[in-house]
Amino acid sequence: MKLSIRYFASIREAIGLSQESVETSATTLGGVRDELIARGGAYGQALARGKAVRMALNQVMVDESAALSEGAEVAFFPPVTGG
Amino acid sequence: MPQRVFIQTADFDLSHEVATLRADDGGVGAVCVFVGTVRDRNAGSPVSAMELEHYPGMTEQSIEAMIDAAHQRFDIRAARVIHRIGLLQPQDQIVMVAVTSAHRGQSFEACEFLMDYLKTRAPFWKKETAADGQQRWVDAREADETALQRWGV
Repeated sequence: MKLSIRYFASIREAIGLSQESVETSATTLGGVRDELIARGGAYGQALARGKAVRMALNQVMVDESAALSEGAEVAFFPPVTGG
Repeated sequence: MPQRVFIQTADFDLSHEVATLRADDGGVGAVCVFVGTVRDRNAGSPVSAMELEHYPGMTEQSIEAMIDAAHQRFDIRAARVIHRIGLLQPQDQIVMVAVTSAHRGQSFEACEFLMDYLKTRAPFWKKETAADGQQRWVDAREADETALQRWGV
């Protein structure tokens, strides 16, 4: 299925992209994170397991078990620091 | 329903915001307002500027949901949240949470609840510029997460 992936803050800078379209066979957010980590390089480092990475699915914060659907908007970002 | 969430680069005027929030509501007996501002130092190091990034769409949606949650939890009349984005200077206002209620207890609590929620769940990220021009992303604080936990959410 096709997903739109967005990156913010330090993760956006590390990867050098704010948005991309990906084709995935993953069914959960954690699954697509694994696929991105497997690309290696900046992806592997920025999204590595053990790193504080937060995720959103269709603009709602969720955990890695969240189920993906066709055309979903997924986002990866560091812990938020507003306020 | 009047607009409740404002994400903007422009500064805001507290008197105007409070007046707007309680206009035409004779049931208001208390207004509680929190304003967050840019400190000129962080962890002892001078800060010369602060830039705020956010996730357009999700930001507004998440804060709307927080205000809904505050209405469910507390007996409040209205709430209004402003969060600035873009480049800010030390001492600038960053955020405002204003809440009205019939009696003070509910608006005090709801204001703190909204700020605790916003600090840990609204998608904003701060980047500081130090006095020497070096930029760095601000780290999330464990204390902010602990503050949210006490509300049991």
